[in-house]
Amino acid sequence: MWFDRIVIVLLAAAAGMAILVTVGIVLSLIFETIQFFGKVPLSNFLFGLEWSPQTAIRADQVGSGGSFGILPLINGTLLISAIAMIVATPLGLTSAVYLSEYSSKSARAWIKPGLEILAGIPTVVYGFFAALTLAPFIRMTGNQMGLEVASESALAAGIVMGIMIVPLISSLSDDVINSVPQSLRDASLGMGATQSETIRRVVLPAALPGISGSLLLAASRAIGETMIVLMAAGMAAKLTLNPLDAVTTITVQIVALLTGDQEFDSAKTLSAFALGLFLFGITLCINVVALHIVRKYQEQYD
Amino acid sequence: MIDLTKKAGFGLAGRHRAEKRFKWVGRSAIAISLMFLALMVGSITLTASGTLRQTQIAVQVDLGAENVDPTDPASASYGRLVKSGLRDMFPDVTSRREKKALYNLVSPEGSFEAAKLVAKDPDLLGSTQTLWLTASDDLDLYLRGKIDITLPQNQRQISDKEVVWINALQANNQLRRVANWNFLTGGDSREPEIAGILSALVGSLYSLAVCFALSFPIGIGAAIYLEEFAPANRLSDLIEVNINNLAAVPSIVFGLLGLSIFLGYMGLPRSSPLVGGMVLALMTLPTIIIAARAALRSVPPSFKEAALALGASPVQAVFHHVFPVAMPGMLTGAIIGMAQALGETAPLLMIGMVAFIVDIPDSILEPATALPVQIFLWADSPERAFTEKTAAAIIVLLIFLISMNLIAILLRRKLETRF
Repeated sequence: MWFDRIVIVLLAAAAGMAILVTVGIVLSLIFETIQFFGKVPLSNFLFGLEWSPQTAIRADQVGSGGSFGILPLINGTLLISAIAMIVATPLGLTSAVYLSEYSSKSARAWIKPGLEILAGIPTVVYGFFAALTLAPFIRMTGNQMGLEVASESALAAGIVMGIMIVPLISSLSDDVINSVPQSLRDASLGMGATQSETIRRVVLPAALPGISGSLLLAASRAIGETMIVLMAAGMAAKLTLNPLDAVTTITVQIVALLTGDQEFDSAKTLSAFALGLFLFGITLCINVVALHIVRKYQEQYD
Repeated sequence: MIDLTKKAGFGLAGRHRAEKRFKWVGRSAIAISLMFLALMVGSITLTASGTLRQTQIAVQVDLGAENVDPTDPASASYGRLVKSGLRDMFPDVTSRREKKALYNLVSPEGSFEAAKLVAKDPDLLGSTQTLWLTASDDLDLYLRGKIDITLPQNQRQISDKEVVWINALQANNQLRRVANWNFLTGGDSREPEIAGILSALVGSLYSLAVCFALSFPIGIGAAIYLEEFAPANRLSDLIEVNINNLAAVPSIVFGLLGLSIFLGYMGLPRSSPLVGGMVLALMTLPTIIIAARAALRSVPPSFKEAALALGASPVQAVFHHVFPVAMPGMLTGAIIGMAQALGETAPLLMIGMVAFIVDIPDSILEPATALPVQIFLWADSPERAFTEKTAAAIIVLLIFLISMNLIAILLRRKLETRF
């Protein structure tokens, strides 16, 4: 029937939109990135140690080229993400273990949505809290201990971001732990192991691939997060591992480069797209690997 | 031979202690996360509470015929009249600098308010009237005890002189605190005491409308295709993997897509809710597809099989029998997707929805901003009064999000049928 055919073609077109979006992302980023690398050599971008993308009004001004070394940005992004993961991994994993192995059904019915509220709160709210409450608090505490703390420290942004991704880790890991077959637990308990020994020696090792998948997804989320770092981490592109210092991230720089007035083909504007492509590539790789691990793991016990 | 029973018995107390410790660690992890949530929402609510009420000053304004032309009251210079009213209240103020400080007790928008009051009630014309005008943010903060007057004068926003005036006004009952409806009904302003969220809220609603109009039909179409009609081949696999990956792409990348394709290539108006909604639609598409597919999967295959057996075409079977049953689940997914879109900020910054918008936008093509972006903008303002406004705007945003999620939960409970 021709009517049915048309309907199915329309539905297929809708499904094709998903591919189109990906193609759109890749094309829009690649096109501008190629233009950018026409102005700034790839090696300067990937291996440069300095990031200061100011553009000159006249070509003969000092420093008119700007420096587009991505390493300080990667440094800042990884520093903040690492802090976030250090906060989120123990909280998320132990919450997941408790929820799936210990808590009663009724307690679980309250705690799980409670944790998921954390994931539903807009990131701009976390950013506000990090910048206005946590950062001054950390600064005050640090100063009392005689430490030098920047007013926009990586630590504040990292901690808040860590709390934000707790539910991501806990709910994915909870699913993974639940899919470990009960027979494994029963065998261990039957041999006289306590519940916690069973969890540590049997359940968690069995769930490890799936858990690592959930941690990877959380890390990718942390790397791509924008608002918290934009509001709480600052703009200073520095090569540092000091969590009390102000750092900047790839996402913050993309926003900084593209808000306000801009001319379309200056190296400064174009560099935002190169950063975007880099960010997209990194998170895509992590996501593909993580989703693959999670999927493969689920098949293993099905 | 090792005595195993002895060995096991020896460690048992320690093992049980370890068990308790382990359980306790799990509990405290959950407690820490939930306490953080409570701390964050609590502190923001506390900060926001300052926005509930605002201060007004009673100013004697001479609206006589020599000042305001009764045939054209809008042409009068209300700013001058308000100022002279203030001078009359404090006749001893003479120096230029002090006068300026005195005028600053009333919000810079006070003259517009006076004009509005007169336009609303022409009976005021012809004599001197008491007009209640919004006070400045500093006066408001002082009244609420938020300014530490033990500090040296140059370290606070309000001088000793102003404190004397404010106390005099208070003694004369010329100050009052009223409910701050302006916050919900006004647009953005440079003055915190006047700034409201309506323009941002309307911008958000326009964007969400566009987002829903695009992502709901496309998402549901895609879900139906993938669940019911897609042949099991590599292309379908690719689409599936692709959707899962899109769900995890950083939101700012969607903003870059919007900037270069919707604004750069297609030339759609910058800062408009149309473009904002389109970008948000692309972002929420994976969420909606995944939820809709789950809803379709939960419909028993017997429904479709029965329809097919009675002679329905596959399209008829799906649209007449599977789709209506899956609809509540799909709607739930869509509402959750919309809630996600409502809280999204970063991609909107990319497409220029960060403008300073005073007027309430009339259409999806006009420059607008969105509620989370307004929060971001206010959070950046140095004035302390804006911090309270930011917190209040966050509370409004959270109320919207909570209601949307509640609707989704109720919808699911009410319409959920188990097979």
